[in-house]
Amino acid sequence: MTEPFEFEFFVRGLIAATMVGGLAGMMGVYIVLRRMSYIGHGLSHAIFGGAVVSFIMSINFYVGASIWGFLSAVLIQWTSRRRSISSDAAIGIITTASFALGIALISRTQTFTRSFDAALFGNILGVTGSDLVAITVVTGAVLIAVIVGYKYLLFATFDTEVAASYGVPVRWVDTAFALVLAGTVVVSMQVLGVTMIAAALIVPPIVARQFTGSFTRMMVLSPLIGASAGAIGIYLSWFINVSSGASVVLVASGFFVVSIAYTSARGRLLTARGRAGSA
Amino acid sequence: MLHKSPHPDLHEPPLVQIRGLAAGYHGNRVIDDVSLDIMRNDFAALLGPSGSGKTTVLRAIVGAADVYAGDVLFRGESVRKSRPRIGYVPQLEAIDWNFPVTVEQVVLMGATRNAPLFPWFRRKDRLKAGKILERLGLDGLANRQIRELSGGQQQRVFLGRALVSEPDILLLDEPTAGVDMKTRDDVLHLLDELNHQGIAILMTTHEINAVAAHLPRVICMNGRILADGTPRDVLTPDVLKATYGAEMPVTEYRGMTLVAETPHRFGAAARNGGSSGNGNAGTGHGHGDNGHVHEEVVAEVPACD
Ligand SMILES: Nc1ncnc2c1ncn2[C@@H]1O[C@H](COP(=O)(O)OP(=O)(O)O)[C@@H](O)[C@H]1O
Ligand SMILES: [Mg+2]
Repeated sequence: MTEPFEFEFFVRGLIAATMVGGLAGMMGVYIVLRRMSYIGHGLSHAIFGGAVVSFIMSINFYVGASIWGFLSAVLIQWTSRRRSISSDAAIGIITTASFALGIALISRTQTFTRSFDAALFGNILGVTGSDLVAITVVTGAVLIAVIVGYKYLLFATFDTEVAASYGVPVRWVDTAFALVLAGTVVVSMQVLGVTMIAAALIVPPIVARQFTGSFTRMMVLSPLIGASAGAIGIYLSWFINVSSGASVVLVASGFFVVSIAYTSARGRLLTARGRAGSA
Repeated sequence: MLHKSPHPDLHEPPLVQIRGLAAGYHGNRVIDDVSLDIMRNDFAALLGPSGSGKTTVLRAIVGAADVYAGDVLFRGESVRKSRPRIGYVPQLEAIDWNFPVTVEQVVLMGATRNAPLFPWFRRKDRLKAGKILERLGLDGLANRQIRELSGGQQQRVFLGRALVSEPDILLLDEPTAGVDMKTRDDVLHLLDELNHQGIAILMTTHEINAVAAHLPRVICMNGRILADGTPRDVLTPDVLKATYGAEMPVTEYRGMTLVAETPHRFGAAARNGGSSGNGNAGTGHGHGDNGHVHEEVVAEVPACD
C-alpha cells in the first residue's frame, strides 16, 4: 500500500495533483456560480494551442501558454458578456481553432518532448521539480487573490450588472479572474490533461453545493474536495494503471454520485419527518 | 391613501435628466426618444405592458443597457462618467435565487463605495446593514440564504441593498409584482416614507389602480414615452389604449381615478366578440413577452403628451 511512496516521481505527482485539484476546486466555485462552466473546457483547449506554439517558438511553456491563455480567457469573457445566441458559437470556434492549430503543429513536428498523451489526458510521470514550483506559485497567488478579493469576487459573481452600479469594479475583477484562471489551467495541464480540466473545475463546487448553502463554506469545501479527488485519484491510478487526469476525474465523479445520494436521502428523510409531524 | 409628495421646488434643477435616450441590447433599440426629468422629491410610476421597455429605462439609468443615442444626466453630469448614488432594485425574476449568498451579504454589496479598497466587510458597514435590516423588518434573517425568504422579504432585502448605499434616488423594477395586496401596500407605504425623507423614487409596475390612488406622478410608455403627469391627467382611455393596446374604461369614484383593467370577457363566449388580441396586458399577470405589441401601437397612435 505504501509502495508507490518509495518513488520520488510519484510523490511529486501526488503533491502536484493534490494542489492542482484544490486549485481547480477553488476557481470552480466562481465558474459554477457564474454559470460559466463552458469556460474551463474552452480555455484548456485554447491553451493547448498556445502551449504547442510556445514550444515550437522555444518560448518557456509557462510564459507562452499563460499569455495565450489570458488573452483567450479575456476574449471568451468578452464574447459571453454580450450574451447573444452567437456567443456560444464564437467561443466554440475560437477555442477549437486554437486546439486544432496545436494538433496541426504537433503532427508536423517530430521532436515534441512533452508527450501528446500527457497533454491530453494528464501524466504525473512527467511532473518535474519546476512544474511543482510553478504549481505552488500559482496556488499561492490564487489563494491570495481569493482572500483579498473575497468581497468583490462574491459581488461580481452574484449580480454582475447591478454590482457595477454599486461601485464594484466588475471589469477589473473579470480581468484579474481571467488571468488567474489562465494560470490555473496552464499548471493543471500536465497533471490533468486538456480534456479533463473542465471536469476538475466544475465537479468539486457542484459537490460542495450539495452540502452547503453558504458561499464561504463552499469556498472551503470545494478546494478540499478537489484536493482529495486529486490525491486519491493519483494514488489509485498507480494501482489500476490509468492516466492521471481520468483517474482524478473519476474519483471526483464518484464524490458527485455520493453527494447526490446524500441530498436525495436527506430530502426523503425530511419529507418523511414532515409527514410524521403533520400527521 | 398616502400623502401627496411635498410640493417640488420649481426652481431646482432635476436630479435625473433623461435626454432623447435610445437604448436596448445588442443593437436592438428597445426604447427610443425617451426624455424624462426626475425631480429630487419625485415619486413616480412607470407604466407599460410587458416588453414595453420599462426595465430598459431603469437599466439605462444605471448603465446596464446599451445606449445608442441621447444621455442620462445625474445632477447635470452624464452617468457614464460619474457613477452616481442610485439605488437599483431589480425585478425579483432577475435574481439567481439558488446562489449561496446570505441576506447580509446582499445588503453589504450596497456599501461597496464606502470602503472600495477594503477587502472584507467592515464592522461599521455591518452595523449599518443591521440597522437597515431591522428597519425593513428583516432582523434575525441576516444569515439566511436569500431563497429561504418569502417574496415580500426578498423584495425588502434588495431594497435594503439599495438603501445601504445612501441613494439620492431609488429605481425599483416591479416592486409590487408577485406579492399579496397587504404586502404591496406595505411596500408602497415604505416607499412613501422614504420619499418623504428626501429620496426620489421611480418604480415600474403593472398595478394601475394602486398607482392612481397613491402616487403623484405617472408615466405611460411603450417603447417611447406616451404620457407623463398626474394620474388624473394621464390615466385616460386614450392614453391607456395607446399604452396597452386595449380598451380600458376609466371612472371616477369618490375623487379617485379607477381603471377597469380587464374590460373584456375571457373564455369561449368572448372569442366571437373579442375586441383586442392583447388579452391580459395590464392586468398585472401578463409577464409574457409582448414585445411585438409596441411597434403597432407606436405606429398607430401619436404621442399624447
Ligand atoms: N438582457 C437582455 N438582452 C436582450 N434583450 C433584452 C434583454 N432584456 C430585455 N430585452 C428585450 O427588451 C425588450 C423590452 O424589455 P424590458 O425593458 O424588460 O420591458 P419591460 O420591463 O417593460 O417588460 C423585450 O422585448 C426583451 O426581449
Ligand atoms: Mg421589466
